[in-house]
Amino acid sequence: MKSMARLLQPGLALVLWAVLPIGLDGQAAWAGDETGQTTSVTAPPADSIEQALLDLQSDEVAVRTKAAEVLIEKGDASLIPRLDEIRERGSRAVRITVKPVVDLLKNRANLMSTSPDFRRSAAADLASGGRMEAIPFLKQAAEQEPVWWVRYTMEESQHLLELNAPDPAVQLAAVTKLGELRSLNSVTALKALIDAATQTEATDHQKALAAAAEAAIDRIESWSAWAGALETLFRGISLSSILLIMSLGLAVVFGLMGVINMAHGELMMIGAYATFVTQQAFIAWLSPEVFDWYFPVALPVAFLSAALLGWVLEATVIRFLYGRLLETLLATWGVSLILMQAARVYFGDLTAVIAPQALRGGAQVMVGVYLPYNRIFIIILSILCVLGIYFLLFRSNLGIRVRAVTQNRNMSACLGIPTRKVDSYTFAFASGLAGIAGWALTMVGNVDPGLGQNYIVDSFMVVVTGGVGKLAGTIWASLGIGGLNKLIEPVTGAVYGKVFILLGVILFLQWRPQGLFAAKGRSADA
Amino acid sequence: MTDGNLILHCEHVTVDYDGFKALNNCNFSVHYNELRVVIGPNGAGKTTLLDVICGKTKPASGTVLFGHGINLVGMNAEDITKLGVGRKFQAPSIYSNLSVWQNLDLSVKRASKGVFATLMGRSSPAERERISEVLETIGLTQYAHDRAGSLSHGQKQWLEIGMVILQEPSLLLVDEPVAGMSDKETEQTGQLLTRLSEKQAIVVIEHDMDFVRQIARIVTVLAEGTVICEGTVEQVQADDHVREIYLGRAKVAY
Amino acid sequence: MPEPVVSHQDSRETVSFYVLGFLFLVVLPLLNVVPSEESWLHVSDFRLNQFGKFLAFAILALGLDLIWGYCGVLSMGQGVFFGLGAYCMGMYLALQIGKESVYGSELPDFMVWTQVKELPLFWYPFKSFWGGFVGALLVPVLFATIFGFLAFRSRIKGVYFAIITQALAYAAWLVFNRNETRLGGTNGLTDFKQLLGFRLSDPSTQRGLYLLTVLALGAAYLFCRWIVASRAGKVLIAIRDSESRVTFSGYTPWMYKLFVFVVAAGLAGLSGMLYVPQVGIITPAQIGVLPSLEVVIWVAVGGRGTLIGAILGAVAVNYGRSVLTNYFPEAWPFILGGLFVVVVTLFPDGLVGMLRKMHARKKTPTPVIKAEGRTAA
Repeated sequence: MKSMARLLQPGLALVLWAVLPIGLDGQAAWAGDETGQTTSVTAPPADSIEQALLDLQSDEVAVRTKAAEVLIEKGDASLIPRLDEIRERGSRAVRITVKPVVDLLKNRANLMSTSPDFRRSAAADLASGGRMEAIPFLKQAAEQEPVWWVRYTMEESQHLLELNAPDPAVQLAAVTKLGELRSLNSVTALKALIDAATQTEATDHQKALAAAAEAAIDRIESWSAWAGALETLFRGISLSSILLIMSLGLAVVFGLMGVINMAHGELMMIGAYATFVTQQAFIAWLSPEVFDWYFPVALPVAFLSAALLGWVLEATVIRFLYGRLLETLLATWGVSLILMQAARVYFGDLTAVIAPQALRGGAQVMVGVYLPYNRIFIIILSILCVLGIYFLLFRSNLGIRVRAVTQNRNMSACLGIPTRKVDSYTFAFASGLAGIAGWALTMVGNVDPGLGQNYIVDSFMVVVTGGVGKLAGTIWASLGIGGLNKLIEPVTGAVYGKVFILLGVILFLQWRPQGLFAAKGRSADA
Repeated sequence: MTDGNLILHCEHVTVDYDGFKALNNCNFSVHYNELRVVIGPNGAGKTTLLDVICGKTKPASGTVLFGHGINLVGMNAEDITKLGVGRKFQAPSIYSNLSVWQNLDLSVKRASKGVFATLMGRSSPAERERISEVLETIGLTQYAHDRAGSLSHGQKQWLEIGMVILQEPSLLLVDEPVAGMSDKETEQTGQLLTRLSEKQAIVVIEHDMDFVRQIARIVTVLAEGTVICEGTVEQVQADDHVREIYLGRAKVAY
Repeated sequence: MPEPVVSHQDSRETVSFYVLGFLFLVVLPLLNVVPSEESWLHVSDFRLNQFGKFLAFAILALGLDLIWGYCGVLSMGQGVFFGLGAYCMGMYLALQIGKESVYGSELPDFMVWTQVKELPLFWYPFKSFWGGFVGALLVPVLFATIFGFLAFRSRIKGVYFAIITQALAYAAWLVFNRNETRLGGTNGLTDFKQLLGFRLSDPSTQRGLYLLTVLALGAAYLFCRWIVASRAGKVLIAIRDSESRVTFSGYTPWMYKLFVFVVAAGLAGLSGMLYVPQVGIITPAQIGVLPSLEVVIWVAVGGRGTLIGAILGAVAVNYGRSVLTNYFPEAWPFILGGLFVVVVTLFPDGLVGMLRKMHARKKTPTPVIKAEGRTAA
């Protein structure tokens, strides 16, 4: 097999000469450095704390507990190294006492961190730590907090802790407050309160709490149903946009040129690898500060490399097969096999691209609804692509020519339109679209030789369901298939979800054999 | 249904292609054993009319009554064929990878054209006789065992006519049969159609006015999806409205 | 005038059928048994078994040739029907393992791993050989009938049909892969011991299976030949040439397509049934998108629209694969892909077409298939 690889190396090397020195096996070595959370440290009052630190190592439970309380009250994050030291040396009992102190001090310090994510997770940790001492800090932090979502978590944590407060009035207020906050995290605790009230010796206070908890749970659950529906909707739209962005190129080629391009998935793969190679080039040659720029730079690279390959494919194979749909389908399938195996031999099995900072994480738009930035990015990109294609086809000179050739090849030729050129440009353009799709897909998945195959069957379903030659058909079909997929997935599981989608498409074609938007007319089928 | 002698009676037929009315409230009737020629400018809806009759296109509204009051609208093309409507297409539509004989053999009218009947069926001597006769008629006897795809354009046209004849339709729809034929071939085709019309009704679409004059008794003029005039060739040619359509707004020009 | 008698092409095909029959039924088994193992003429048990597999594939290819080569309907899901047949026979064989299994349980091993305590209900018919045999033919046929009915009746054709069948292959692959507890998941069914009391590890059993496969292939060929020669066979070609003309001659094309699709599925089931005991394993990898497409390339290489071509193609491509993967394991996808491109663009008539062309140098050319110019979508 070595000989085979050696045979291939020169050809691929020619294409990728620029990137050869990069060393493709290395993942980006320096995953984006987490901006640290340094906390301002003030010197603690010495004596009582020193005493507490000593007491902490006492053999007596009472002394240790007292010392822990003192430390929590007066200490701060600067003590953590010393506490860690004590923990390491101490007995098991000592370790158990020290741990919550360390956690609490750490989290308390992090409540003041510069990073909202750290502040938020600190607040959440404090709630799960269960120490009432944290309540005032949470309250204080919440008052200063600028980010609503972090503030929300702080308040939620505060009220969760208050559920265990000794004062019944505070407890009751906390329950109501959690209901108002629609806190999904509190449901378990609230249910425990209801359970407690069902016991025979339950006090009146417990019963009152249970009643309040039930009301709170009702509020939370109806809210979460909405939030769940919204998230499903978003996931559906997100999948739809992925399908759409992949199907657009297919639909352009199928609709305008009557060619089914089975290698479309592999052209996407090319786009994805182009992105990967651009990233590696940035790592090898440019400073880390500009690393994030690799992604925008990769866009034209992905588009052009896929378009170039598409152009070559059209010139060498497809042009001989126009009008013979099934033959084109088979030949392009062969091309896809070759491309896939070439990627496997050259790049190996699995690589991944690191998302630029701006596309990491997501937006918490409301309680229970979290929208990852990379998904939003793809949705926007798919809309842009649709608009781009629309303008290109219906508002530009090239578009008019393309449509003219589609409708009447011979007449167009007579009018002096270079039909051969139009064919090859259209195909290259559609291939470039596949490259863009591959570029975008690196943000939601790995880059591997099978990348194209993962979605390609679905995108064929989209094209078939949408019908030939109408952009609107492709859009509606991807919305329908993507949405339906996410809708039935929770019920049937992913596998049977796909099976049901296939069944759905077949039944749909019973009703509309030519797809959603079939072109009607006298030459519809000759 | 005013006339019992009508084999075909189309009433208020409308075909809508995305807003373009290929046929617009069209009324059209043919008698038994009549040879009718339909003419009209491009896009007048001539081919669409035949498509509607033979079940290729579903009209948006209207009825197509055939024989003794059978409504063809909504029926399958193959069922309409079995009722006795034969269709010859504008571009020759034959099976190019079968021999001429096989082309004809498949077209012979038979009791059943289902899968199993066809699997088991063999041609009877009578059927073979019929096929030979038709081969003689369309002048392709010497090509009987050649691949149909290797025939010339005119021969393909005749082969298709032969195939339709073997279906023994009571109504024959013929779309531009002489396109691409030489003068001699055209004349022979005309004689053939005239002979056939002794036994069956025929509707012919044609542009070639010489050919129309050769075969036509009654001519129907179609424009913008409706029948605008019907009569003998002379009557039609004398009609102002027809002239206007064919020659543009003649009055303005003068 | 008489109906045309058997043409030259047909008679040549008959001759090749006898030659191939003699080769596979007599020569190969004799070379397996008679020469000593050192002789270069000797065909090893392994080779013979391998050819048994290829010939089983040839049956699969015959079915696809009927529907694609003759009728012009490209099915990219033949692997599904093959898989259904193979799994039916595999389930019977798996139940025959009985107490010989690793865990000594009556249940197949994978069920023991996945802690299934009871045999699922749909396994019961496969306790008997006839259950497996009939199932291997009937399940694909029934499935094809339902699927084909839905697809053809609504006039899904051409590329649309190809894509739908590809999705079918994909879905079937997913389903078989995910059924760890009932069908063995990714690992499939394997480790078979015996068939009707014959030990599968015994060379003489494998020899018997080989001969059975040759005979089954011969029968399948004659059956296809009968269909193709009948008037219905001509209707199939007519549908490929001009479907609308067929309609306007009073035939119902979708019925013919359904018929031939179902026949192809039955042949695929037969092929799968013969494949399993010879290869000893069936996994979802044999069902998916790629295996289904490989069938297409066998037929394309051999020459679509000729039955002998389908057989030749299946044997040639698979033999080539077994030789090449030995020396260049990673090169096979390149070669397979290259074959698709080259055969489709340069040699649409395949091996048989090339042979005919060579023969026709002396006579007039007789193309297998002639694409009639541009046919618009």
